[in-house]
Amino acid sequence: MTAPYALLAAALVGLGLHGVLAHAEPLRRLLAFNLLGSGVFLVFGVVARRGAAAGLEADPVPQAIVITGLVVAFAATTLAVALLLRLHGGDPPQD
Amino acid sequence: MQAMPAGSLVVLAVMLPVAAATLAPLLGARGAQRAIVLGLLPASLAVAAAIAAAVLRTGAAIPVHVGGWAPPLGIAFGADGLSAAFLLTGAVVMGATAIFAGRTGLGAAAGTGRAPLAFWTLLPALWAGVNLAFVANDLFSVFIALELLTFGAIPLVCLDGSRETLAAALRYLMFALLGSVLWLLGVALLHGTYGVLDLVLLRGAVRPDAATILAAVLMTVGLLAKAAVFPLHLWLPAAHAGAPAAVSAVLSALVVKAAFFLLVRLWFGTLPALLTPALAGLLAALGAAAILVGGVMALRQARLKLLVAYSTVAQLGYLLLMWPLVLATGPEGAGAWLGGVLQAVSHALAKAAMFLAAGLIAAALGDDRVAALGPAGRAVPLSVLAFALAGLSLMGIPPSGGFTAKWLLLGAAIETGQWWWALVVVGGGLLTGGYLYRVLSSAIGGEGEATAAVPLAPQAVALGLAVLSVGLGMLPLYSFGLVQVGRPGMAP
Repeated sequence: MTAPYALLAAALVGLGLHGVLAHAEPLRRLLAFNLLGSGVFLVFGVVARRGAAAGLEADPVPQAIVITGLVVAFAATTLAVALLLRLHGGDPPQD
Repeated sequence: MQAMPAGSLVVLAVMLPVAAATLAPLLGARGAQRAIVLGLLPASLAVAAAIAAAVLRTGAAIPVHVGGWAPPLGIAFGADGLSAAFLLTGAVVMGATAIFAGRTGLGAAAGTGRAPLAFWTLLPALWAGVNLAFVANDLFSVFIALELLTFGAIPLVCLDGSRETLAAALRYLMFALLGSVLWLLGVALLHGTYGVLDLVLLRGAVRPDAATILAAVLMTVGLLAKAAVFPLHLWLPAAHAGAPAAVSAVLSALVVKAAFFLLVRLWFGTLPALLTPALAGLLAALGAAAILVGGVMALRQARLKLLVAYSTVAQLGYLLLMWPLVLATGPEGAGAWLGGVLQAVSHALAKAAMFLAAGLIAAALGDDRVAALGPAGRAVPLSVLAFALAGLSLMGIPPSGGFTAKWLLLGAAIETGQWWWALVVVGGGLLTGGYLYRVLSSAIGGEGEATAAVPLAPQAVALGLAVLSVGLGMLPLYSFGLVQVGRPGMAP
């Protein structure tokens, strides 16, 4: 039952990795990194579902990790966007 | 009951810098600086020393179950001899850097606006990150430590806001994010396979199946990117050379070392069942390539700080030589283990000294081109002396910490019949001698005038770190017993 999600996760990780490694433009790499991150979070979802025990729908530990991971990925993305804006955006760097 | 105080010390080692980083924005740059230099610094040194003393006295690692919850439900910290040695090194380098930054400021470009507050907030955050990496005992806490280091280090790299450093920070961020996401993917695979995150429980459960091997590869590549090991070192020179001197010192001495420390924990502590001679040889081959490429690139740099940054790439390579040597000498071989750890510690002290000295030299001359270092010998003799002493340790000239480290690695390579690693150690030393000669021959007895006066106190800080790095080599080998406590493979 989790197999389609596992395959989708693998596809996202593969696409994301390819994007991060094969592209030079920072914005594309940043988007690819988010794709890769989504793939990894989906892997955790699959792991959580397969680890269901003690009457719970899913193992709570991987779910807790995903929540932390989402926060970190969001913060990292904003930091990267802030750097990109300073480099290429309207607010010029203090040379 | 006896273990309780030691256990809370380990938690304190992480919580003190977290508290400082949290309070810093409320205190403002001046207040935070005072709180860190007068409060956090002595407290952290005392905590690290007390942990080291407790580990030495009991001859065993200090286990900590945070909040009293045991794994697999709770989170475990732990401090063995390796943790204690790195905690102490971290406290010394962080403390020295904080004193240095308090005396000199951050340089003209980064010394204004919000930059000082950012520095005094992120410095303790980085400190928390490295300390957490040194005591974390489960895969998820390690992820948190890696992220703390990323978010602390990247704004510090571009503190002066120039286009150059922003680009360096962005590149660093891309490598660091790739590193953490690979680590996280490895954590997912391991948790899916074994249902635990605790490093000790994992060690007992681990089997060499496909999922475990894939996880190990992903996590290793992630850590290699964070540790800037060749060929994933491309982000390091621009980031470390562009940052203010105090930041470069901490990044080069400690932040990349934390990733190395985790690599040691992962392979020797948790996954020894997967560690084959071929794999250990591959890691060491990357290290050898780093030593040669980093050394040659350092020889070719026109700017002093870039030269020092490439020297970091080379010196990190030595750390990876440890893998096949520790593996081949087996449980009774402590030499290669000590050699690797001593290389990490003496490089941390020497490289912090070198970056601080390089910053002072550049401040005095208004120029950091290697060819223009002429007046340095007369203008800032103590900084040049600090640079030279740190250089002796990096080259491995006796008596210095770097010499003892490289001698132990060399000895282990010859004893185990892997003479090719000995050639790399010697060749790396020659390259190091070459680029240091370039700097010192230019800095001593040259023509020209200094453009600014540099106070004595920060020069003394750089010199103190360099003397410590050399002084490590004057201690007899048995005094490093601490490093062996809890060494994987050693009988408890």
